[in-house]
Amino acid sequence: MRLFGLALTTLAATAVAFTALADGHSKALESAIQARKANMGVISYHTGLLGAMAKGDTPYDAAIATAAAENLASAASMNRMVLWLEGSAQGTMEGTRAKPEIWSDAAGFEEDAMALETATAAMVTAAGTDLDALRIAMAAVGTACGDCHKANRGPRN
Amino acid sequence: MRLIARTLTALVLFGVALGLYLTRPAALPDGFFANGTADPQAGALVFAAAGCASCHVAPEVEGEGPPVLAGGLAFLSDFGTFYAPNISPDRTAGIGAWTLSDFARAVTLGVSPGGAHYYPAFPYASYQHMTSEDVVNLFAFIQTLPASATPSRPHAVGFPFNIRRGLGLWKLAFVPDGYVVGADTAVLERGRYLAEGLVHCAECHTARNAVGGLNRAAWMAGAPNPSGKGTIPNITPAALDWSASDLVEYFTSGFTPDYDSAGGQMVEVIENLSQLPRADREAIAAYVKALPAVP
Repeated sequence: MRLFGLALTTLAATAVAFTALADGHSKALESAIQARKANMGVISYHTGLLGAMAKGDTPYDAAIATAAAENLASAASMNRMVLWLEGSAQGTMEGTRAKPEIWSDAAGFEEDAMALETATAAMVTAAGTDLDALRIAMAAVGTACGDCHKANRGPRN
Repeated sequence: MRLIARTLTALVLFGVALGLYLTRPAALPDGFFANGTADPQAGALVFAAAGCASCHVAPEVEGEGPPVLAGGLAFLSDFGTFYAPNISPDRTAGIGAWTLSDFARAVTLGVSPGGAHYYPAFPYASYQHMTSEDVVNLFAFIQTLPASATPSRPHAVGFPFNIRRGLGLWKLAFVPDGYVVGADTAVLERGRYLAEGLVHCAECHTARNAVGGLNRAAWMAGAPNPSGKGTIPNITPAALDWSASDLVEYFTSGFTPDYDSAGGQMVEVIENLSQLPRADREAIAAYVKALPAVP
């Protein structure tokens, strides 16, 4: 009987430990998702500053454009290893549209992400040059965003 | 009694003759090529605006270099599955043996060189507006692309939709001549030519009736997505409040006013539109802003 009680206690303790572990793990995934979204927000904010100039909604200003482009390039080149944690895909976790392909085709995701790094690095130079250069670089940034979203972002729902 | 039989026979014959007459494949109008000197470089822009590659490049083939128009992309519909054909310059598998007239009739009238109607998965209802100059240049550009020997895949369409002659009636009912929206400036005219013609926006952004005809009364007011997922948005001013400069930016870089990126099939449309001169994207934006509001 005592043996049985001990076994039961051990079992219960193990179950609690596993739940806590899973909980901690899931918290880490949730935090990673939050951080990714914040990163996307930083990208979108700076792209918006450049876009407003490309559209002609705000006048072209080389200093502001350069500052925006530098931050954009920094945000685009964050180390992805700690942001895109395995297990944090749409379908597994709430509040994310990250497709499982990000992990199942890691090389493809890396290629798409590198395309954004390249395009935003080119934007740093273009933004300080003139409006025409900025517009051309803007189209390339847009293509990089779109290509990656097409391959790696799931539907909204 | 004999009189009745004769009258009936005559009526049936008349009916058949009328049917054949009404469903006959159209011929090109005289003088379609009056000023036809070919410029393949200008044709490359027509090719981009018309989005030819989006359907005719083999699915899952993406890469550098000129597009190979081998076909194969599947289009699911209520009538069956259509497969984009090979339109590369291969003489047997593609359109390499076609004359300019064959090509013009196919693109602007939806009629094959052999005189058969094409299914409207091919957007000739929009391409009917294509000028002969653009047709000539487009044909010249396609000749410069690589040939592919991949045979076209036959459509998987069941009875009665497999009777192509019937498409003659469909065309009569649903492919009226002329534009839908009025245009009173040169910019709007250009925008309309692009949006209603080459770029064929309405083929997705306008809802269809039970037999696939576009509902012109709800022009560009959105439609279910043929892929089955979600809807294609209403882009009339009743639903879309983007400014002209927002639209131009969207057509150029794919960024929405919130700096999200375009999704779905618009990604490819923007790849095409971004190749056009800025003035053309501004013209399309002007057209979209001028659309009659449909809630």
